[in-house]
Amino acid sequence: MSSETITLLWEYGLWLAITVGLSLLVLVGLLLCVAFLLLMDRKVWAAVQMRRGPNVVGPFGLFQSFADLLKFVFKEAVIPAGADKGVFLLAPLVTATCALAAWAVIPMNKDGWGTWVISDLNVGVLYLLAISSLGVYGVIMGGWASNSKYPFMGALRSAAQMISYEVSLGFVVITVLLIVGSLNLATVVTAQTAGIGTWLGLPSSALDWHWLPLLPMFVVFFISSLAETNRPPFDLVEAESELVAGFMVEYSSTPYLLFMLGEYVAITTMCALATILFLGGWLPPVDIWPLNAVPGIFWFAAKVVFMFFMFAMAKAMVPRYRYDQLMRLGWKVFLPLSLVMVVVVAGVLQILRSA
Amino acid sequence: MNDLLTDYLPLAVFIGVALAIGGALMIAPFLVAVRNPDPEKVSAYECGFNAFDDARMKFDVRFYLVSILFIIFDLEIAFLFPWAVAFGDIGLYGFWSMMLFLGVLTVGFIYEWRTGALEWD
Repeated sequence: MSSETITLLWEYGLWLAITVGLSLLVLVGLLLCVAFLLLMDRKVWAAVQMRRGPNVVGPFGLFQSFADLLKFVFKEAVIPAGADKGVFLLAPLVTATCALAAWAVIPMNKDGWGTWVISDLNVGVLYLLAISSLGVYGVIMGGWASNSKYPFMGALRSAAQMISYEVSLGFVVITVLLIVGSLNLATVVTAQTAGIGTWLGLPSSALDWHWLPLLPMFVVFFISSLAETNRPPFDLVEAESELVAGFMVEYSSTPYLLFMLGEYVAITTMCALATILFLGGWLPPVDIWPLNAVPGIFWFAAKVVFMFFMFAMAKAMVPRYRYDQLMRLGWKVFLPLSLVMVVVVAGVLQILRSA
Repeated sequence: MNDLLTDYLPLAVFIGVALAIGGALMIAPFLVAVRNPDPEKVSAYECGFNAFDDARMKFDVRFYLVSILFIIFDLEIAFLFPWAVAFGDIGLYGFWSMMLFLGVLTVGFIYEWRTGALEWD
């Protein structure tokens, strides 16, 4: 080999090693956060019902999720005799990988070193919507491959529900994009440094974030993301009194764990997306000294945890929907509402610009 | 490396690492856990009964209808994305063309509603 080839190989090898290292850092950090968010979910649920929740493994039950992981790994993985084995095992892998892959474009902070993200795509929002839609394939494959009635019905319900709410979710994202004028997620955040608050002459603050001018859309986004991730009150997929556990009935051991992991990672992604689109990402609540000295990643994490807390409270307090009510809400309430809001936002922006 | 590669190659690497983590978790119980299948354990779950017939059965046509409606509206959103990004540059002409497009789709939506395609009962 000539010395040029060696330099080139060295350059690309170094780049590859750095990228793999950063990817591992993001993924392992994410999985650790999800482990504690899962515990938080159970703790919040328990507290609402005046129980104590998991409190045996480690102080305050902090290591509960890791004990669960070990237990899943040492359980027997049962594959039903009638199942299509390849698709049966591929399904949880598809769900988990699609859920994790979304985090490649989530920007967590921006400082002197640049944006804290694996790939600062200029079509980040589009990538995020595309990859989260792919998650429904895992559900369909799992339900079909199990060759059992409960999983089949659960998968059909789940697929119909997920695609119904994706439509209103898409329209909500459009209203944000109209204001920002870019598909880059970091630009969406930095666009929120100026808004209603600065227009009134206040310093850059929480009043500038998109939740205030787009409050109805924020509410629609929150409820749609509950339905999109099959969370209560829209958990008709695994309505345990009707469908046992939905499309996951035949799964055990780590294939089941991967479905659960995919679900919770998808929830965290939705929380992060809500944070970026509506709650100003890594921006501090008020841009004054003690607050803006805190690293942005802290504010980002705090907002994601806040959104997750809202998800957990909705799970604990709201009774489950009936399936026809769910479809009615998605197609007859949210879809027309978000469609009208796209027209209204575009109209207002047009008037403001021509004035 | 050019811009396209620096943007999209990290994505491929990231998805690869995610796949590796998922795959490692998937393989783990086949390596460390006991495997002891018997006919009762590997039969399809049906509340304690033996399965009556095959699970690949007929299902309600409304699921099919929902997915067709989804395709229409998702395409509409796909058309809205570039319009929303370029909204600041295209002026009044761009605004009214999209309003016309949305108006046509709204007529279709009202038609669906009136014919009962959105009813679940």
